[in-house]
Amino acid sequence: MPANTDIVGKTFPPAVYAVGREKIREFAHATGETSPLCLDLEAARAAGHADLVAPPMFAVVYCMPAMAVGLFDPEIGIDFARLVHGGQEFTWGELVVAGDEIATTVTLADVSERAGNGFFVFESRSVNQDGAEVSAGRWTNIVRGA
Amino acid sequence: MEIPELKVTPDRYLTVRYAGASGDFNPIHVDDEFARSVGLPGKILHGLYTMAQVARAQTEAGGGPASLRRLAVQFRGMGVPEAELTITTTVRDERDGVAYVDCVAEQNGRAIIRNAEAEVVIPAQ
Repeated sequence: MPANTDIVGKTFPPAVYAVGREKIREFAHATGETSPLCLDLEAARAAGHADLVAPPMFAVVYCMPAMAVGLFDPEIGIDFARLVHGGQEFTWGELVVAGDEIATTVTLADVSERAGNGFFVFESRSVNQDGAEVSAGRWTNIVRGA
Repeated sequence: MEIPELKVTPDRYLTVRYAGASGDFNPIHVDDEFARSVGLPGKILHGLYTMAQVARAQTEAGGGPASLRRLAVQFRGMGVPEAELTITTTVRDERDGVAYVDCVAEQNGRAIIRNAEAEVVIPAQ
């Protein structure tokens, strides 16, 4: 499958995710999180946070609506039947707490082909309601050749 | 600083709970029959769940969610439920209050995450 490299740089409109307290707890339980800051409201407030703190990997939750648009974009044309997640990187800035509204902008950063496999690299940048960056991500998706 | 080994055994239904928590309902993670139909041994772990265990090894050593500054991983091979995962972290360098570390996630003797790098804020003594 020849990769269409003309679309590198395509940027999608920001998608906003409202962070809920119970969603943080649900994610914390599913991932085995042990920090009381992510589970216990009193502990989070006693430590100076406005509400429950999201674990770092909660980034996948608030990025999902924005990433889905890129992954399903017909112009990019990712074949889901052959899709594997090759790699993932995050850098984190401000902590995310329940009540935040996180806006994520996704860009198709790179498209390449190696050994018959297509590599689609997306970059995400997420900011909170105050404009502070909470995380930046680099998502490497591999579409296996036939 | 030293970052201890983290061991966790995801139970049979973990992938269902993680699918709900993360929003990734790809049937290879929640449906044994479907997973086998596409040549997998059965339902497989989400790579990002395994990455979350690598992250947790760092934040538990660093003292909380603010301690992890960066994490980059490469997914290699499939993780499965009901088998122990082992996250091993090696501190490569310490500069300006930050530990630069290498991590591996292994299951059944194979690395399913490797070439992973993290930056962890060293907790105040």
